[in-house]
This record gives sequence, C-alpha cells and structure tokens, in this order.
Amino acid sequence: MSSVTARAPAVETPFLRLARDFARSRTALAGLAVLVLIVLAALFARWVVPQDPYDLAQLDILDGMMAPGSLGGGGWTYWLGTDDQGRDMLSAIVFGLRTSLLVGVVATLIALAVGVAVGLLAAYAGDRVDGLIMRLVDIQLSFPAILIALILLALLGKGVDKVIVALAAVQWAYYARTIRGSALVERRKEYIEAAQCLALPHRRIMMRHLLPNCLPPLIVVATVQVAHAIALEATLSFLGVGVPVTQPSLGMLIASGYQYMLSGDYWVSLFPGLALLVTIVAINLVGDRLRDVLNPRLNH
Amino acid sequence: MALRDRHRRLADALRSGTLKHTLPAVAALALLAAVPAPARAATLTVGTSAEPSALDPHYHNLGPNTRARKHVFESLVSMDAKMRLQPELAESWRAVDETTWEFKLRKGVTFHDGTEFTAQDFVYTVCRIPNVANSPSSFTVYTKGIAGIEAPDPHTLIIKTGKPYPLLPVELSTFGIISAKAAGGEAVTFDKAGCKADSWPTTQAFNDGSLMIGTGPFKHKSYTKGDRQILERNPDYWGPQPAWDTVVFRPITSDGPRVAALLAGDVDMIESPPVQDIERLKSAPNVSLAQAQSNRVIYLALGVQDTPPTITGTDGKNPLKDPRVRKALSLAVDRDAIVKRIMMGVAEPANQYLPAGFYGNNPEVTVATDANKAKQLLAEAGYPKGFQLTLGTPNDRYINDDKVAQAVAQMFTRIGVQTQVDATTANVFFSKRNKQEYSVFLAGWGADSGEMSSPLKALIATPIKEKGYGTTNYTSYSDPELDGMLDTALATVDDAKREKLLQAAVKRAVDADIIIPLHYEVTVWAMKKGLSYEPRADQYTLAQKVTPAK
Amino acid sequence: MLVFILRRLAQSAVVVVAMSVLVFAGIFAIGNPIDVLISPEADEIERAAAIARLGLDKPMHEQFIRFVDSALGGDLGTSFVHGVPALGLVLQRFPATLELALCAMLVAVVLGIPLGLWAGLKPDSLAGRVIMTGSILGFSLPTFWVGMMLIMAFAVTLGWLPAGGRGETASLLGVQWSFLTADGLAHLILPAVNLALFKLSLVIRLARAGTREVALQDYVKFARAKGLAPARIVGVHILKNIMIPVVTVLGLELGSVIAFSVVTESVFAWPGMGKLLIDSILQLDRPVVIAYLLVTVLLFVVINLIVDLVYSVLDPRIRLGGGRA
Repeated sequence: MSSVTARAPAVETPFLRLARDFARSRTALAGLAVLVLIVLAALFARWVVPQDPYDLAQLDILDGMMAPGSLGGGGWTYWLGTDDQGRDMLSAIVFGLRTSLLVGVVATLIALAVGVAVGLLAAYAGDRVDGLIMRLVDIQLSFPAILIALILLALLGKGVDKVIVALAAVQWAYYARTIRGSALVERRKEYIEAAQCLALPHRRIMMRHLLPNCLPPLIVVATVQVAHAIALEATLSFLGVGVPVTQPSLGMLIASGYQYMLSGDYWVSLFPGLALLVTIVAINLVGDRLRDVLNPRLNH
Repeated sequence: MALRDRHRRLADALRSGTLKHTLPAVAALALLAAVPAPARAATLTVGTSAEPSALDPHYHNLGPNTRARKHVFESLVSMDAKMRLQPELAESWRAVDETTWEFKLRKGVTFHDGTEFTAQDFVYTVCRIPNVANSPSSFTVYTKGIAGIEAPDPHTLIIKTGKPYPLLPVELSTFGIISAKAAGGEAVTFDKAGCKADSWPTTQAFNDGSLMIGTGPFKHKSYTKGDRQILERNPDYWGPQPAWDTVVFRPITSDGPRVAALLAGDVDMIESPPVQDIERLKSAPNVSLAQAQSNRVIYLALGVQDTPPTITGTDGKNPLKDPRVRKALSLAVDRDAIVKRIMMGVAEPANQYLPAGFYGNNPEVTVATDANKAKQLLAEAGYPKGFQLTLGTPNDRYINDDKVAQAVAQMFTRIGVQTQVDATTANVFFSKRNKQEYSVFLAGWGADSGEMSSPLKALIATPIKEKGYGTTNYTSYSDPELDGMLDTALATVDDAKREKLLQAAVKRAVDADIIIPLHYEVTVWAMKKGLSYEPRADQYTLAQKVTPAK
Repeated sequence: MLVFILRRLAQSAVVVVAMSVLVFAGIFAIGNPIDVLISPEADEIERAAAIARLGLDKPMHEQFIRFVDSALGGDLGTSFVHGVPALGLVLQRFPATLELALCAMLVAVVLGIPLGLWAGLKPDSLAGRVIMTGSILGFSLPTFWVGMMLIMAFAVTLGWLPAGGRGETASLLGVQWSFLTADGLAHLILPAVNLALFKLSLVIRLARAGTREVALQDYVKFARAKGLAPARIVGVHILKNIMIPVVTVLGLELGSVIAFSVVTESVFAWPGMGKLLIDSILQLDRPVVIAYLLVTVLLFVVINLIVDLVYSVLDPRIRLGGGRA
C-alpha cells in the first residue's frame, strides 16, 4: 500500500523527469544531501563513531558529565561531551538518530497506509460506511497518545516496536480525516463522474484518479508527521514511556537532556536538539520539494 | 511578571500601611510583641513537588496530604526536624505499665471555630479514621494498636494497647485531630469493634473547607485543586506565631518548571529541586538552599525465588540463592560513584537502611566495593562467565531512579553479569514488582517512624499477615531467626534495650545481601535569599517553620 | 438536516460504549491502582480493606457491570485518588483547558493564515522561504523542550512573564476564567504560544499549499484576466478555497489541542484537564480517565459535526448526508 502511494503518480510521469524537476531547487538538493549523510551515518553507526553507547560494558560512569573536548578513560576524546552514564554524546546521537528515524519513518508509513486506505474508502463509499469509519476516527483521535502507549506498554512490554505501533495507532486517523476531506471534494468533480460513466472498476477509480488528486495535502501532512512522530517519541520518553533507557533514541536523549537545561551542562540537551533540528529540516526540505514535483496540477 | 510584582508590592504596601496605623490601637500588640513582627503583611508562596489528593486529613496516608494536614490539624505528639518525638497537643505522656499509656493534654487550646480542644476530639478522631469512604490508604495502620481509650477528665487520656506496644507515641504523631463538635460527634464513644455514629464527615466536606477546622497555626482559606491552596495565619494559635499572614501552596510537579518558578520570582520557596540544578541554584545570587538527610534509603532487592523471573543463562536455576553471588553483586556497586555522578553529590552512600543518627542505626555495619573480589566470588559460585539479568526500576518515583539503575547495570555488567534495565512508570513498575516479576529491582524505603524497625519489618522480614511483617518483601526471602529478633525488639518498651536489639537485627539483615543499600536521599529546599528553613528529615515543607532571616 | 444530526448522535453513542469498554480493559491490564496508591507502611489487612473500599476486589466483568449500571444513572464513579465524583473533577478542570486551547488556536489562525497566504503567493521570495523554514522549527522541536526554553527566556532571564500557573481568575457565567484579568492573561501567554507553535506551522503549510494550488486554477486565472483587484482575488477566491483543508485540520486540531495539552499543562503547571489526565493515568485512576475520555469524545463528535456543517457552507458541492441518491 505504501509503495503504491509513493509511486502511483510516477506511473504517469517518468522517474527521470521527476528527478530533474526535483534537482531544480538547490535548497532541496542540499536537504537531500544532508538527509543521505544522516541516513548513511545512522545505518553504519557502529563504524562511524568510537563507542557503542548501547553496550553497557563500554560505558564508564566515572566518565559521566564530561564537557565537550574532554579526554576520556577509553583513550579517545569526547568531542560533544558525555552524559551522566558516561555515554559519548556523539556516539549516542548517531545511534539515537537511527532509532528515531526508524521509529518516525516506519510509524508514518504504517499510519499513512492505513489512513489513506480508510479515508479514501470512507469518502468514496459514503453513506453508512463513511459514518462508521468517521466515528472510528473520532474514537481514535480522542484517545490520547500517552494512554495508547501506556496500555501497549503494559500489555506487550517495552521496546522500539511497541513505540512504533503506538505512534502509528495515534496517527492513522489524521490521514484518514485529511484525505477524506479532500476526496469528498474531488469525488464530486467531473473527471470522477466521467470515470464512473466509463464503468471503470471502483478500485481503479480510487487509486488512479481519486488518490493522485488528493495527495498534495496529504504529503504536507505526512512530512510534517514524520517530524511529528519523532517529536512525539521524544514526548513519550519525557513522560516515561518511550524506548528502553539503555538504548536511547534521539528523543530520549533530548528528554534526558531536558533535566539538565537549567543546570549549565548545556551539551547534554543542546546537541541532540540540534541533531533533531537538522534532520527534520532536511526531511522537510525534501518533502516540500517532492510535493511540488508530485502535484499533478502544478506540473502543467 | 513586572506587572504582577508591582501589583503585589502595591498590595503589600497598602496592607503594611494599614497595619502601622492600627497597631497602636489594637490590643493584639502583646501577641505581636512575642514574635518579631513581620515588617509587612507577609505572604509566603511555596511551589510543591506533589499535590495532596484531598484536604481530608484522614483520607489518604500519603506524604503531600500529611504536609497539608500539618498546617491546619495537629496531632497529640509530633516530630521535630530530626524526627525525634516532641509534645504537640499532648503536653506529656508516659507508659503506666506495659500496655497502658497516659497522655496529659494541653489546656487552653482552641479550634479555629473557637471551641476548646478536649479528649473527646481525640476519641472522635480515632473513631472516624476507619470510617472514611473510598480511602485508598487508611490511617487505620496507626490506630490498630489502640485497644481502649478512657478520658478520666477532658485533659487526660488513658490509652490501652492489646499487647506491649512501644511504637504508640510514634504512631499517634501520624494523624491530625479534627473537631468532634464541628462534625457533630460529641457523643461518640470508642469501641474497638467499630464506633457508632449516625454519619461520618465526608471527604468533600474537607475539600470545600466547611470542616477544615483544626487547632493548627494556619486556618484554611481556599483551595482550587491543581492550582493552589491558600492558608491564613491563626491569630489564636497556642504556640509560636508563624511569620506569615498568608501562605500559598502551588503544586508545580515538573522539576524544571518548579526551579524556573523560583528563579523567576513566582514563588518564594520550592521543594526538592532536581539534583542537577543544585549547582546552578547555589551560584544564583538571590537563592539560598537548605538540605537534610532524609529517612529514605534507595536499595536493590535480590529475589531468591526458585525460578528466577528475569535471570537467564543459568539453566533455570536462581544464582541469587547463593550468598556468594549476592555478595558479589553488592561488592560490584560503587556507591560513591553513583552519589558523585548520578546524584551530583546530593545524596549519601548507604551502608544500612537508615542513616547515622536515626534510631537503630548500627555504626558497626559496613558495605564494601571491590570488583575483583566480586568476580572471584562469582567464579567460586560456579558462574565464572556470569549470567544475564534484567533490573526493574521505576522512572518517576525516586530521585534519578532510572539513571541510578543504569549505573548499577553498568557495574554489574563489568563483573560479568550482563544487565538490562526495565525502567517503567511507577504504575506499571509497582504492579509488576508486587507480582514478583523481577529478580532484581530498585526501590526506596522511607521510614515514617524514623526507626530501624520500619524497614526491617517491611522489606526483609518473612511475610506474616497477622504481624504485618514483610509487607514489601517481594524477594521470597525468609530468615526465621531475624523474624525472632524483630519479635523481641517490637515487644520491648524500654527504648535503650530496643535500640540494641534493632542494631543486632540490622547487622544480620545487611549481611544477608538481600536488600542491598545504595544511598540515602537528601532532601533539598531552595528559597529566596532572606528566608530560612530548618531542613527536615521527614521531608515535609512546613510554612510555620519558614522564617525571614534576621 | 435533523436526520443527519440524529444519526451522527446515534453513531457517537456506539463510539462511546466501545471506548469505555476499551479503556476499562486497558487500564485494568496496566495494573492495580492500590499498588500505586497505598502507603508502603500498610499491612496486608489494610491493603485488603482498601481494595474492598474501592471495589477492586471484584472480577473485572463485575466491576464493569457496576460501572455501566451507575453510568446509566449519570454517575461515572468516584475517583480512586481524590475520593470525589470523577466527572465533576474533569468538568472543574475543563474551562482552564478550553481557554488555553482557544487562545492557542487563535494565535495559530491569526498568524498562520496570512503567513501561509503570503508564502503561497510569493513562494520564491525571501519572505516566503523564511516563513517556510521558520514553520519547520514549530513542529520539529518537542513541545516540552520549547516550553522550557520559553520559560527560561521570558520568565527567568527577561522576567517579563510568569513561569507558570493560572494566575488570578475572574468569574463569568459562574466559571473562573484567566483571560478576564491582566494577571491571568500574563499567565496565559507563554503556555498558549507553546501550544500554538505546532498548529501554527501546520496552518502556515496548509494555507501555503492551498494557495499555490488555487492560484493556478482556471477560475483564478480568469478572475485575474478579468482585471479583478488582487485583494479581491485573494480575499474571495483564494481564501475561500483554501479553507477546506484548513478547517478540517483546525477542527481536528482543536480537539487534539484540548486532548493533548498534557505536555504544555505539565510544563506550565496549568491546572487543566490534560494535567489531570496524565496524573490520573500515572495513578491508574480509572474513573477519572474514563470520565475524561467521555468528555473528549463528546467534544470531538461535536467539533466534527461543526466541521462538516462548515464544509457545506464553504463548498456547496458537498451535500450533507453523503447519500448519492
């Protein structure tokens, strides 16, 4: 489903043309470069940074809370300082990025897939189905994320996968609501009526006609939501229900750093915050450009 | 801010102006002369770390509730800052024999509605405590020792206990006395099986202020849940007058924002600033700190269940049943490093369950740190390669709890015991712990009574329902000899003898390495320069003890 | 129209029932509230007594039947923690949250739509780029982090605004409101801005995306060709057409602002429902959590109803009832 949403318009536009369109924006290219770098660093984290922050045997509490540039017991320099457990902040950030990106992207993809399917169905089918689905969306939206996370945590135990499930469970309803809003408008337009007159199969009308025309607002929401998912993951950590403490994500690092914001040990909260900022700006630069390029109407 | 401050200053100036004008004329002069009269109508605003769940003094046996209670309602006996007993509504008391106590009540004490305090108010209070609807944690744990009450005159109480009960005065310090008259209970008499009354006061009647009638130094003024409680000075208070005309308690439960509120001048004083911020507060020009060792020890509990719930790599056996393994884990922990790095020096390494100076502390008990010895012991016990272990900990209950657990995991891993940390919110943690789902967990124990019998009885004694032993013993550990030592101590009314017995018991308990002490929490208060507060071991913030320094 | 509203209400009732079952079972699964609430000094006897007092000794289905029974009579139960009726507890906190949420939305709309329009009409201008990049900041940083930064900047360092709390309130229609007093307003600014940042970014992006698209539509081109004043084109043609996604999302977000003000309320010690919810979850205070959710579900249903009605006003092509007949 998710691959379909990403590629559906590409069927109509050759990939190369898309790439050329994309490359016309220099900021977007810069964003893409940064994003690629970040993803590579996250993928090959173990070979990029000096320490595996998830391996407790490599940490030494006596190296805790060292300022950036301090020389640690392991023989290397902590360029970004260490946290209270003696974790090298640089290593922790790179490893944390991996977890956060994984959580953000996977959760968003799942939520997008479910939300789009449900939202389109509601708008296209209308009537009873629409009513039922939208009431379901209402339930979902009135369920605070923290409650879902807590219940899942209690039922399934703690872990990155549970956080992903919780975030996807929180977000699918946004997509469903948003795409239904646009689809309701599109459904009444002439080209859909024309397609219906041609007696095209419902599935084809939905996927080929309705979906591409509903996508632009959705991509706005989705790029926002990847970032939001990462921020939400940080918030869950802040509330004490995030990922396991010995394998901190970027969000968790920010949440722990939050406790040091007033203390003057700025590096514990500042660097993870900056890393998050850069990542999200990059994602959005790419996302914004993609949206413009993918938009069938702006293309003409 | 600026606007608000100006408002406040204006209001203060107006009020102090009025005060000066009326002072010579008012007969209250004598009263004011007894205490250093505040230069201006004084308001103290306190940012608290937790909010009481109700104002009803008997609704919930919980720290913040007792803190709120102690301003309005008083008890027969109270505790000073070091948790030593001192007279409050009782002027004196003595054990007449092993099971009979006599309390002489203070004369001339009046409730906030002007009626006199008598023995009947105590009787009514003890009667009401078991009759609070929906109470999630009742004070009956402190009244169950009372078998009979007699009042030969309005200012004498004879209290009978079923068996020798040395803790009676301590337990009488835990609950506040309400007015029998205000609640319509003048005729109620004590009956061990349950007192009779047409109806009992509701919790709501306290929350809305109608029954907030005590004998304490402050009168209740208003209460908005989640926002603030406002108290006013009780001009007729029998004891020393507090320095504040008005006291405002504001719950600011997040640590950072609480510190910010103090730095921004929104509040005059805060409870428990996070240890990370202590250095910054120390260097702030207009802030002063007070800190005291608390009665709370943070410990690791090692479970000796037959099948360990969170240990793997041992073929299903529980390595913790071997005293050498337990000793190894205790030796692995570097308490000084935890205190220095995780607690930022605002804690004290612990070698038993109550710090020196508390009743029952045994100066001969020690714990050591020696990683090499630990490895050697593990090898001797047949685990040269260690094993895998998951350490359970709450992450929102004690100061830096999950960080301490991570540090411990690091130290265990270093001696070969690969340790994962399962840090969850307290609601999940306590349910799991109470079902014995952790082989090793981190938790804390605050001894409300301030004596060693409290942690021994709860944490390590064999669970025995009738005796109230082992209520928090989730380790499956049982040492009949230790139980016997406790039995003897708890039936000994002679304080000096009892202390010796408790000291012997704590030595035996610590040497078993079941409950491994880590550190004692230190309670900190931060306040505007110019205020002073005697830090309390029981962690309560009492506005009547806050004084503008001269 | 009436049929439409009635059907909506019936559907919502099903939602409410389904949800209360879910929440009931969910919280039951997390743990036993007594484990959190009871004093550690309590013995086994007192523990059993407390469990019985709160009705937690019964099996889950029996507790649920009891709950449904009294809920039908309008009683959602008594808070385990506070010992007072749960619904009253929630409603008492409602005005504070509503006030905060509305202020946040106001900030988001008043700033967001003009900024988004500008960025959409002049996407390649410097201002357009700055607006868009700035909007990224709004949703990329976690709320609690931004909140603390706001406190540090405006309360601690500059001393312009209070660090938290609700300040003085005044009574209107029997309810206490902060925005009626100068002191209350001062307390309202920082949390409202904190809560608004995410919505603001969202509104900016939606408005910009909508504007860019609508500006290329034939009717706008036609209006331009006809020589209509740019202000009129923007005000009438563009604004009206970008409102649909904005209204949808805003409708959603008002609900979510109310439901998810948890973090902002914690950071700013704002005595609203969100703070109550997080405290109640952490103490497993089931009656309060359920009462809270019922109130928010009701709110969502009403908001969504309004959103759908607004749709039909903005775009007559959407007919209510969704029927194809």
